[in-house]
Amino acid sequence: MMELLTKEKIREIIAKRAAKEFKDGDVVTLGIGLPTEVTKYVPKSYNIMFQSENGVLGVGKNQDKDNIDPRVINAGGGYVKTVKGACFYDSQMAFILMRGGHIDATVLGALQVDEEGNLANWSIPGKFTPGMGGAMDLVVGAKKVIVVMEHTSKGEIKIVKKCNLPLTASKEVNLIITEKCVFRVIPETSETKGGLLLEEINPMFSIDDIKRTTGADFIVAENLLKMEI
Amino acid sequence: MAKIVSAKEAVDLIKDNATVMIGGFLSCGTPDKLIDELVEKNIKNLTMISNDTSVPNTDKGKLIANKQVKKLITSHIGTNPETGKQMASGEIEVELTPMGTLMERIRAKGAGLGGILTPTGIGTTIQEGKDIVEVKGKKYIFEQPIDADFALIYGTKADKYGNVTYCGTTRNCNTVMATAADTVIVQADEIVDCLDPNEVIIPGLFIDYIVLNTDNQG
Repeated sequence: MMELLTKEKIREIIAKRAAKEFKDGDVVTLGIGLPTEVTKYVPKSYNIMFQSENGVLGVGKNQDKDNIDPRVINAGGGYVKTVKGACFYDSQMAFILMRGGHIDATVLGALQVDEEGNLANWSIPGKFTPGMGGAMDLVVGAKKVIVVMEHTSKGEIKIVKKCNLPLTASKEVNLIITEKCVFRVIPETSETKGGLLLEEINPMFSIDDIKRTTGADFIVAENLLKMEI
Repeated sequence: MAKIVSAKEAVDLIKDNATVMIGGFLSCGTPDKLIDELVEKNIKNLTMISNDTSVPNTDKGKLIANKQVKKLITSHIGTNPETGKQMASGEIEVELTPMGTLMERIRAKGAGLGGILTPTGIGTTIQEGKDIVEVKGKKYIFEQPIDADFALIYGTKADKYGNVTYCGTTRNCNTVMATAADTVIVQADEIVDCLDPNEVIIPGLFIDYIVLNTDNQG
């Protein structure tokens, strides 16, 4: 029987695991919400440059509330500081970085993700269409695409066989990190069928738990690892 | 040389049914005083090209709230529920475009290109009705240039020659929009006699009118 995880604990487990994907010196673009929490768990010794699509490489902490410079924001509209070595540029350059394959990793949320690595995170027809902003360019261009999300949303399955929501990008997701497990998306080649590989599992859950809450088939890795919780 | 005029004089050039690019990312680097004049004059049936529609009733959001926009080409409306509401009711025609594609389509016009090829949107609804071109085994969507009658942009500092420079993240899409419209109006926090050429981010030849944001004086 699974234990109940608080929302905070769920976010911590996911963010902590995602932070392990970064290498010292990486240039990283984070989505809004849960992805931004990943910054808390990056080793202090690492020099990671966070990029924001509104035109800054080297995003730092939030500005002090009593001394705001509205001329420096991140893509979420928050007033931010910059780190040593930071630079500003225009939208053109932002997307040269993002689309052109110059971002090492991106971490972003999803409404749905499927076994082919298709990602849906910008629109629910008839309900909610915030727009894609820079997400489509980012997912197509980043060297590594990491999806972080709760395994299910209010009981609804989010890791599916085939996305039925409008796609953000086709076959671009490399890794899916939830509070229950980590899936790697294996691309289809002439030799392998491709699909989801369960690489890590939160020891609070069984493989059957994962199966019950995942809409896609998956293979269990021979050396299945335990997630740090 | 660019002409220094008041916000009212500059915006008087814009008539109903105009196509207007507006710079800024949310409120950062957005020419809010020029927008206030558009609202004051109540110019209708605008086609607006902008990164977003800001938040309700703030700069770009005022044009939405005041129902002055009939068509919107943008990448994100999530910060302004009013835009979503008018989109759902059919009051505004909204063309949602990936941000990088939007910027490159504007650049194509400014750079004299017939369009661009982008991998962004392949395998999504964005590719519907568009030509797909294969280059070295990879698929790209052909996207057309976007032009406009006017670009309303922000600048931190402008000089009498029209040269513009920026602080922080305010430059965003202002720079590319300056290249792509027939008439370009910059709202500047400060006007100086002559910028150091090393500082210049938008070359002066793109700028037609400079409006000083008098709120920033003193």
